[in-house]
Amino acid sequence: MKKVEQKYFQRFSKLDRTLHVLMIISFISLSLTGMTLKFSYTGWAVYLSKFFGGFESAGTIHRVAAILMISVFITHIIDLFRLKREKYGSWKAMLTSPNTMLPTKKDFIDFRDSIKWFLGLGERPKYGRWTYWEKFDYFAVFWGIFVIGSTGFILWFPEFFTNFLPGWMINVATIIHSDEALLATGFIFTVHFFNTHLRPEKFPMDIVIFTGTMPLEEFKRDKPAEYEELLKSGKLEEYLVEKTPDAVIKIIRIFAWSALLIGFSIIIWIIYAMIFAYK
Amino acid sequence: MTNRKIKLLLLFIIFFSSIFAQENEDCMMCHNDKELSKKRGNRIVSLFVDEGKIKNSVHKAIKCVNCHSDLKDAEFPHESDLKKVDCGQCHTDQNNQFWLSLHGRAKSKGDPLAPDCKVCHGTHQVLSSRNLNSQTNPLKVPFLCGQCHREGAPVQRQRVIHQDKILENYTESIHGEGLLKKGLVVSATCTSCHTSHFILPHTDPKSSIARRNIASTCAKCHTQIEAVHRKVIRGELWEKEAHVLPACVDCHQPHKVRRVFYDQGTADKDCLSCHEDKNLKSSDGRSMFIDYKELNNSIHQKIACSQCHSEVNPSKIRPCITIKNKVDCSACHAEVVSEYNSSIHGTLFASNDPNAPSCRDCHGTHHILDKRNPKSKTYPINVPNLCAKCHREGQKAAVRYKGPEHEIVEKYVESIHGKGLLKSGLVVTAMCADCHTAHGELPANDPRSSVNKKNIAKTCGKCHHGIEEQFVQSIHSPVTNKTDKELPVCSDCHSAHKIIRADDQGFKLIVMNQCGRCHETIAKTYFETYHGKVSRLGYTKTAKCYDCHGAHDILPVSDPRSHLSRTNVVKTCQKCHPGANRRFAGYLTHATHHDPEKYPYLFWSFWGMTGLLIFTFVLGGLHTLLWLPRSLKWKREIQKLEEENSLSESSTTEGKD
Repeated sequence: MKKVEQKYFQRFSKLDRTLHVLMIISFISLSLTGMTLKFSYTGWAVYLSKFFGGFESAGTIHRVAAILMISVFITHIIDLFRLKREKYGSWKAMLTSPNTMLPTKKDFIDFRDSIKWFLGLGERPKYGRWTYWEKFDYFAVFWGIFVIGSTGFILWFPEFFTNFLPGWMINVATIIHSDEALLATGFIFTVHFFNTHLRPEKFPMDIVIFTGTMPLEEFKRDKPAEYEELLKSGKLEEYLVEKTPDAVIKIIRIFAWSALLIGFSIIIWIIYAMIFAYK
Repeated sequence: MTNRKIKLLLLFIIFFSSIFAQENEDCMMCHNDKELSKKRGNRIVSLFVDEGKIKNSVHKAIKCVNCHSDLKDAEFPHESDLKKVDCGQCHTDQNNQFWLSLHGRAKSKGDPLAPDCKVCHGTHQVLSSRNLNSQTNPLKVPFLCGQCHREGAPVQRQRVIHQDKILENYTESIHGEGLLKKGLVVSATCTSCHTSHFILPHTDPKSSIARRNIASTCAKCHTQIEAVHRKVIRGELWEKEAHVLPACVDCHQPHKVRRVFYDQGTADKDCLSCHEDKNLKSSDGRSMFIDYKELNNSIHQKIACSQCHSEVNPSKIRPCITIKNKVDCSACHAEVVSEYNSSIHGTLFASNDPNAPSCRDCHGTHHILDKRNPKSKTYPINVPNLCAKCHREGQKAAVRYKGPEHEIVEKYVESIHGKGLLKSGLVVTAMCADCHTAHGELPANDPRSSVNKKNIAKTCGKCHHGIEEQFVQSIHSPVTNKTDKELPVCSDCHSAHKIIRADDQGFKLIVMNQCGRCHETIAKTYFETYHGKVSRLGYTKTAKCYDCHGAHDILPVSDPRSHLSRTNVVKTCQKCHPGANRRFAGYLTHATHHDPEKYPYLFWSFWGMTGLLIFTFVLGGLHTLLWLPRSLKWKREIQKLEEENSLSESSTTEGKD
């Protein structure tokens, strides 16, 4: 029996996907090189530092990756301007549309209903284009870039910053930078991984962020609110595309698996360093 | 002047003023009065002259006025103060010599300790030196000279005299023994060598004891001496070429105790008549062959066999038959041997320990070479191997050793000293004997040992003097730090045998642990900050303890000379951070976020961040945990739905078909 060709829904633009891949590369580079310093007391750190060509080149990688991540961030912001101009016309229109990234009343209701659903007290909420946990992840990046980025620059150019900051601020910046980084890596490699990849219906991974497309059926199930909206406005057809070629998917899977495994390794390393080797 | 003397003088003036009185009797009229005296300065000086003494003296035929020449033609009684007698009126040669001599020159400079004629010869009672009662009789000369030159006399203490214990040594010398014990008046006494009147220091080329003249001085008595010193001087050269030959005093030290090392006539040639035979064996089978060529190349080439093998008796057919004892190096090398005797080697040797090395174990026997000779066993490059014979792991000394230093030879070879010496061939590099001394080795726990904690800075300072100077000023030096706690010494940071260059990676990483041995908390907190963390990764360019605190010149931060004092700290940071400013120096290099008292900002930053972390993870974690079981059910529902869909789809397609 030959299965009917499924229709695919275009969820992410090419730029979004590219930015996410670059984000993954820079994020993993930053966490690996940064952790060698944070957990320098573990044997793993010494090994990794050597792998990166010694501490100095690890530092260079860290800085290059930081620049990359900031560039990703800025590109995204610029893209938001483009989006506003081309699709919504005004910030207000964009930020109040159903596809807004800002938290809305619906998000709080969805959250409440989700908990009910988890506990078996209600139906699965009709999530829109961006669920509340996706919005949380999204703004976590804003917060992270701001906190880690600013302290990172203090640590990068301490001689400049101590022209107007006291010396102990470098110590404080170190603590904030490193603990916020711990929060970021810990959160991304556990909660984010679960929410997007590991939860059973998506297990082992959801590659929509790399292909940009998802089966229409899955889309209908996952984001019923957005689906209905599109159906109602009759724009759904605009988003229907062909399935990504298998060869591309294979490459994507290899990349995604690597990223996933590195992420898990880092989590194991963090747990080991925090619990078993803490000094 | 006393009244009595005035009366006497008046009497003389009245009765003898017109009489020409120049005979001795005239003088004695007054001067035989035992109470005749005058006041000179604060002293009362007797003017009595013992006529008997004059009559016994060599000057008995000479009139008073011949010596007291200023009284010639004078009227008696004469002026109370007379000129000093000038012996040179008659004894011209002696007088001239005297004034050119050391004594005379000192006298003319007004040295109160300088002698003149009468100090040695007396005044009115001058006797012939042949007279046994004379001060200048050979038997008395040592005592006469000894008045000034005995140990502790002002001359010996206050003037530059290069010899000490002159009298004691002379008394025990062969000359002194001959003169004083055997009454042999022809034995050399002080004046025999130094001359009576023309005494000069040995540095003066005219001196009888100058290097060029000493041979002829000795040869005054030892006329045939050149004939018996045929080995040294080929029987002739001494006086002709005194400048190229050893002088008598090189072997026979002046004044010193001398043992007769060898009997005259036992020259090497005689020994070699037997010992040249390669097959010569002792009764217990040892080869008694002496390779004379080897001996002749050794540092002892000028030393005769019998000088070391000292108990020979040339009157025997085999002169060596009388030898009872082993060679005693201390006969010449007394100081070195006494140092050896105090060393652990010497102490063990004295207790008949079979493992203890004696002189010959390190230096060899007949083929001893100068330690500056690269072939010598004691040439710096060869010393590590020499010591290793016993001190290498598993060898006899290493087996006995119970301390913490092991594999010393292997470690030394890999150390900076070992590499310098053995790989770079730098012979001034420290080797075993430089630290442990060559002859006075002692275990490190002996307070006399050169490697005892107390002495080690001085020992290292022999070469690393500049470092020692810094170190003694530092807080780690017992000179500045009066603490009961144990202070570190060189070897605590640099180790002993495996010492490595301070710019070596290994050293840089190890040294922090070494500081941490005493400075435990501060070292721990160092590892909590950037520099420490980086160094943990094996990165040594980052600031380590000594980069900021200084290495040998380490001082408390409160000391203005410290690298970290208020005035210096910015400069110290700038060594690595060229743009550092005063605020930059406020970076807390030893900060910890565990101390809310000392570092409240860090403490609260840390706990603020930790709170945020915990909050976020608890929230995220709970959400996930709640989601997981529901998601499993959801997955099953979807699967069911999909199956239904595909069934219905296939049925519709079938229906269509």
